[in-house]
Amino acid sequence: MEFDLHMALVILAAAVATFATRIGGYILITRMKSIPPRMEAALNAVPAAVLTTLVAPAFFIGGWETKLALIVALFVCLRISHTWMLVAAWAVVMAWRHAIGA
Amino acid sequence: MNRADFVEGLRGGSAVALASAPFGALFGALAVENGMSLSEVAFMSATVYAGASQMVGIELFGHNVHAWLIVLSILAVNFRHVLYSAALARYIGHFTPVQKFFTFFLLVDPQFAEAVKRGEAGRPLTFAWYLGFGIIIYIPWVLISVVGGMLGSFIGDPKAIGLDILLPAYFLGIVLGFRKRDNFLPVALVSAVASVLAYHYVGSPWHVSLGAAAGIVLAALLPLPRQMPDLEADALQPEVHEV
Repeated sequence: MEFDLHMALVILAAAVATFATRIGGYILITRMKSIPPRMEAALNAVPAAVLTTLVAPAFFIGGWETKLALIVALFVCLRISHTWMLVAAWAVVMAWRHAIGA
Repeated sequence: MNRADFVEGLRGGSAVALASAPFGALFGALAVENGMSLSEVAFMSATVYAGASQMVGIELFGHNVHAWLIVLSILAVNFRHVLYSAALARYIGHFTPVQKFFTFFLLVDPQFAEAVKRGEAGRPLTFAWYLGFGIIIYIPWVLISVVGGMLGSFIGDPKAIGLDILLPAYFLGIVLGFRKRDNFLPVALVSAVASVLAYHYVGSPWHVSLGAAAGIVLAALLPLPRQMPDLEADALQPEVHEV
């Protein structure tokens, strides 16, 4: 259970940086008197824009089993639920890797 | 503190805690594989508390990259949180400064998504609900990452048991939750293409910030829907959401 001081300081710096991002937008927006409509539209797009960047490259660099699993997950999520989506994606990947190989 | 709201938060957050448990365990396992001790794993999960960036962090630790580059990469991966806290501002105007501190500390992706969903549905965003939702994810996240670190040597290759698909599939689910919004499809498509291009030509983790910026700029440039003045008035009066 050794605790490296250098690594601990880097982790702490990362934590401060993360907290800064989590409070930064609030500080910026509350300093502004009103929110222009275009900024409102931009803010409304944030979740879709950001979260897509966490999915698309995974689809792009992933193997065929990953691509198929994400397509199946898309349909399961639209039709059934989030939980079943995770189960379906996992099942597709496992079935592919054990039947065909990674 | 409203007890019913707190319990409702706990209930909602527990589903997220379950869904994120595999990633917490995976983080711990990979961190130990990259030379971290269990106490460092716990310290990172407890202070940074941001799944994807923790993964990026340990990957860079393992390659002996300069400290400033690790911090900058984590900043890049988490840069979206600037936008989260800006988007959340209209719902938390009534929180005390101490409550806001915890609100921002706990502001991870699903926490943001659920809080905004609740606010948009016109339900009061109370600190009791937010805290319940947050700590039921936070505490298991720290504990499970340590357990993952202990079990790390048994997991071996995460691909062999299909763990690698869960993170992108999970984020896909959250994206789809926003599909009823104005301009969802063009924003998602542009962000997808931009992030893939950035991943290819600039490299990780910049694809997150660059891809997101492309989609957000597009949304700002597209024609505005007609009911905008209402939304603006709403944003100026966060107190209407008070309990």
